[in-house]
Amino acid sequence: MALELTKIQDLMDAAKSGDRRSLSQLLTAIQSGEKIPETTSDPWTLGVTGPPGVGKSTLIGKLVERWKSSGERVAILAIDPSSPITGGSLLADRIRMGGHASGKDVFLRSIPSGKDVAGISPFIGEMCSILSECGWSRIIIETVGAGQSEISIIAFADRILLIDGPDRGDIIQAEKAGLMEISDIIAVNKSDLPGAEAAAREIALSLSLVEGDERKVHLVSAIEGHGIDELIQEIESCNLNSGSKILRMKQRLLSSWNSLLTEHHEIDTLLDELCDGSITVSDAIRHMAITLEFGDE
Amino acid sequence: MRIVMSKPGLDGHDRGAKVVARALRDGGHDVIYTGLRKTPTEIVGIVNDEDAEVLGISTLSGAHGSLIPKICDGLKNSGLGGVIVFAGGIIPNRDRKKLFDCGIRAVFGPGTPTSEVLEFLQEAITRKKNNDPVGVGEDTGWHWS
Ligand code: B12
Ligand SMILES: Nc1nc2c(ncn2[C@@H]2O[C@H](COP(=O)(O)OP(=O)(O)OP(=O)(O)O)[C@@H](O)[C@H]2O)c(=O)[nH]1
Ligand SMILES: [Mg+2]
Repeated sequence: MALELTKIQDLMDAAKSGDRRSLSQLLTAIQSGEKIPETTSDPWTLGVTGPPGVGKSTLIGKLVERWKSSGERVAILAIDPSSPITGGSLLADRIRMGGHASGKDVFLRSIPSGKDVAGISPFIGEMCSILSECGWSRIIIETVGAGQSEISIIAFADRILLIDGPDRGDIIQAEKAGLMEISDIIAVNKSDLPGAEAAAREIALSLSLVEGDERKVHLVSAIEGHGIDELIQEIESCNLNSGSKILRMKQRLLSSWNSLLTEHHEIDTLLDELCDGSITVSDAIRHMAITLEFGDE
Repeated sequence: MRIVMSKPGLDGHDRGAKVVARALRDGGHDVIYTGLRKTPTEIVGIVNDEDAEVLGISTLSGAHGSLIPKICDGLKNSGLGGVIVFAGGIIPNRDRKKLFDCGIRAVFGPGTPTSEVLEFLQEAITRKKNNDPVGVGEDTGWHWS
């Protein structure tokens, strides 16, 4: 269902003047692939990632509570996997964010990632721009940090918080997938449980092996509220030009490039030709590179 | 379909809501569960922010008579009259007519097989596709019986 360009413009105007219904419809339009006019806004974004169940949503609830009371308007994009079998999803991050996930200064949108997690990454940047344009001063992106495809989403955030839990050993997985590298801030949650301290020490040890890596490991408890003030301070003062910036930019470039290629108008023909051997992969790339179409032309 | 499954009021019975939410997910829908103890205003806000097309309301505490009409009115007043709304839980037959009059399109009691809930949704979606009135704010005598 392609919306007309004037309709999109009307929605944008209404959303900017504070109409939440229009903002919500605009986000849906972006997700269904609708092209949105470029905005000039510079969104404040935080990516929160980490293994399933470590307490990302609970911790975000705490951040939202603090930011709300200091007058910020907080928007959250919570990305959850869909079932590979039925295509359906049960989006439950909202529950864990508790009472802080609603109200006039909080906007939460749950996003099922579909079959192709990396496939939604190009929309995330646009959603952040629109939210920022509409006056949302803190934008949080939550995604389960399980593998390469999630990195392409979280890379759209300007600062990234990686969360682990006690006794999980999951951080090793995260390291494998490059999540450790791209993260600016690292925290171990559930410090109220045994094992959290040991996990934090282990991670700190692995960081200390890399020369010049100054990141420290925060111990927090989202449920009891320990360590949250220090964590917020670090998030606020995070250096956006750290070494991870180049990795982020590389990811953004790659995922935008990917989506340009997969949206190429001749992709089906080229795939057929590749199958029957009449062209080679480099022929296809060369052809696509010179015939690429950009949304803004 | 994007479906919000909600638990309004102080009612702490959440098994039914979770069972139905899971069944809807397995039916291929995207289900957003609100968690317990939401006010009608919060529920309307969630439907808006999530841009849901369908809202499920689960209530077993006996407060359906005041909570459900409040939610329906809230939706209508927020430009969300096109949302399909249905309910379940402990809702006696004698109370149902009033809820249908508010725009609720189905009420399911204890022991409902989840397959029937999916059948209802299928029918409601077909109606929506044909542009037949089915939203909470749309004028129609139709409901699932
Ligand atoms: C289990 C239970 C509890 C558990 C709840 C555990 C939990 N986390 O859910 C506990 C022990 C905590 C509990 C407590 C209380 N309960 Co109780 N409880 C029940 C009981 C026995 C079963 C409910 C249940 O889980 N059924 C299984 C699920 C799967 O079925 P369901 O919820 O009906 O859902 C099905 C359908 O209704 C429908 N459905 C439900 N919601 C929705 C939503 C949509 C959108 C759709 C499409 C369909 C749908 O589909 C489901 C699948 O078929 C019922 C009696 C009964 N037989 O219903 C009493 C009952 C609901 N409880 C009752 C009461 C009074 C209470 C208490 C106030 C104290 C008490 N006297 O026990 C407290 C209050 C708790 C609170 N804070 O709200 C009364 C309510 C009376 C009323 N409404 O007038 C009941 C009816 C018992 C009775 N006959 O008196 N309860
Ligand atoms: N003991 C303890 N439990 C916590 C803490 N933070 C979260 N939890 C619990 O951990 C479980 C998972 O929390 P969520 O916030 O849903 O975790 P998540 O990382 O968002 O989970 P997914 O989105 O499913 O990956 C819940 O049962 C929380 O109550 C904490 O600081 N201490
Ligand atoms: Mg979560």
